[in-house]
Amino acid sequence: MAEVDELSKPMFAGLSDVSISGDIPVEGEINVPVGTPSHDDEYSTLDEPVKDTILRDLKAVGKKFVHVMYPKKSSALLRDWDLWGPLLLCVTLALMLQGGSVDSKEDGGPQFAEVFVIIWFGSVIITLNSKLLGGTISFFQSLCVLGYCIMPLTVAMVVCRLVLLGGSGMVSFIVRLIVVTASFSWSTFASTAFLADCQPSNRKALVVYPVFLFYFVIGWMILTFSPSA
Amino acid sequence: KMASSDANKNTNTEPWGGFEDNIIQGTGSAVIDMENMDDTSGSSFEDMGEMHQRMKEEEEVAEEAEATEEETGEDGEFLGIKGIKGQLGRQVADEVWQAGKRQASKAFNLYANIDILRPYFDVEPMQVRNRLIESMVPIRIINFPQKIAGELYGPMMLVFTLVAILLHGMKTSGTVIREGTLMGTAIGTCFGYWLGVSSFIYFLAYLCNAQITMLQMLSLLGYGLFGHCVVLFVTYNVHFHSLFYILWLVVGGLSTLRMVAAVISRTVGQTPRLILCGTLAALHMLFLLYLHFAYHKIVEGILDTLEGPNMPPIQRVARDLPVVATAAMNAVNATVKTLGVILQSQ
Repeated sequence: MAEVDELSKPMFAGLSDVSISGDIPVEGEINVPVGTPSHDDEYSTLDEPVKDTILRDLKAVGKKFVHVMYPKKSSALLRDWDLWGPLLLCVTLALMLQGGSVDSKEDGGPQFAEVFVIIWFGSVIITLNSKLLGGTISFFQSLCVLGYCIMPLTVAMVVCRLVLLGGSGMVSFIVRLIVVTASFSWSTFASTAFLADCQPSNRKALVVYPVFLFYFVIGWMILTFSPSA
Repeated sequence: KMASSDANKNTNTEPWGGFEDNIIQGTGSAVIDMENMDDTSGSSFEDMGEMHQRMKEEEEVAEEAEATEEETGEDGEFLGIKGIKGQLGRQVADEVWQAGKRQASKAFNLYANIDILRPYFDVEPMQVRNRLIESMVPIRIINFPQKIAGELYGPMMLVFTLVAILLHGMKTSGTVIREGTLMGTAIGTCFGYWLGVSSFIYFLAYLCNAQITMLQMLSLLGYGLFGHCVVLFVTYNVHFHSLFYILWLVVGGLSTLRMVAAVISRTVGQTPRLILCGTLAALHMLFLLYLHFAYHKIVEGILDTLEGPNMPPIQRVARDLPVVATAAMNAVNATVKTLGVILQSQ
């Protein structure tokens, strides 16, 4: 079709404008067979108000938070994975860990980017490790689980900040140590409840150790955080 | 399923001939496995919406192709130019997207295939524990090649553990990194040592005709870091100089001897053996020395003492250390001060 070839060349320039408006003079009948209408209604989320979309996502995130709080062996966290929760937790934690330095000129505390990179890079490494050891979990599911299980540590960070408002002596150090240790073990236990199921039974320890190390490093960053005077 | 359905389907519905499909026969799972994504993460709404959108688009492309042929067959001139441009433009855009996506996923499957590394992670916890213990026990058989396990799980975990210990050391010593971050420095140091020194020794081994593979070298050096982890873990928390030197000689020495014996057993000839042995031992022991001293309070104390005898050794505020540690620190400061004065007077 020679005429189509000639027309197709200048068309590449206007590819951005590919919408067909209603007032094009088109002759003849165009019968585009519509697919099953029920499919469209079920999955067409483009026309709903923004509030509905946001609320639905927030509800899903909230439901997963509850799952992390009471880690039972449910598969809901794995089935409907999403990365909103981890992102929220990661940003909150990184913001709260910022600005903790003795001299504000020098870089004494972890900066936002550092915490962000540690969490995401660490999660990727653990996921790769778990996949290499023969796990059946998919990449994003694992990221989802690890991200959501940071929640106890974020709660511990909030508590530590509140405790530090009261002073930074020996007592506050012990209280913070207890809180951080408890939340870090809770995180490790919660994530292994989800992750270790997807491994052959004799290799669970091999998967648990990097998770332990990961949450240990984050817990350590929280414990050694001291706000600028 | 997506990838395979794309490969089987002929989406060449354009009269001008779509994009050519260079089918690379790449099988096996990749990091982000397109097929697994469908199976295990199916009910996430974003995924389902995207999948459905794509199926609808493909249907639409096929339908529009038929519709276009019908129209241009009947009243070609009377159709608005915009009509053809709109529909064909959309088809072209769609084809570009599909072809690009296919190419990208094929390239990804080919290069990011982590199955290459899978056999090196095939270990049991018992084996890892045994190898950790064996890394401190030198074997004296040097006339027969020693068996070296080619495994990467243990070394990787040890490197990460070393990173964590280093972070702990940097924090408690109040080290301030001016350009870069604490975490970046720690990771860079540990991984740089593991990968860099392994490559260097492998290169020397290649020159000296030693029978050792890169994987074995990585594994050997990685397990050799177990000694470093132990020593640093102890000495970052218990700040006694003499304790560090003893541990450095004993623990560091044992793990170095183990590595050196393994490498020597695979080399022939006096001079090559000497070169390899000397280089490996020097690098390994010096690394431990460097790690201890680079991130240690006492170093700052010495520097400050040499600058001015009136300045207190530790300038930075200790971070949340218990009172006991502060007292110990003061005692050590006093020792260092007197040492500094003695050195200066000489």
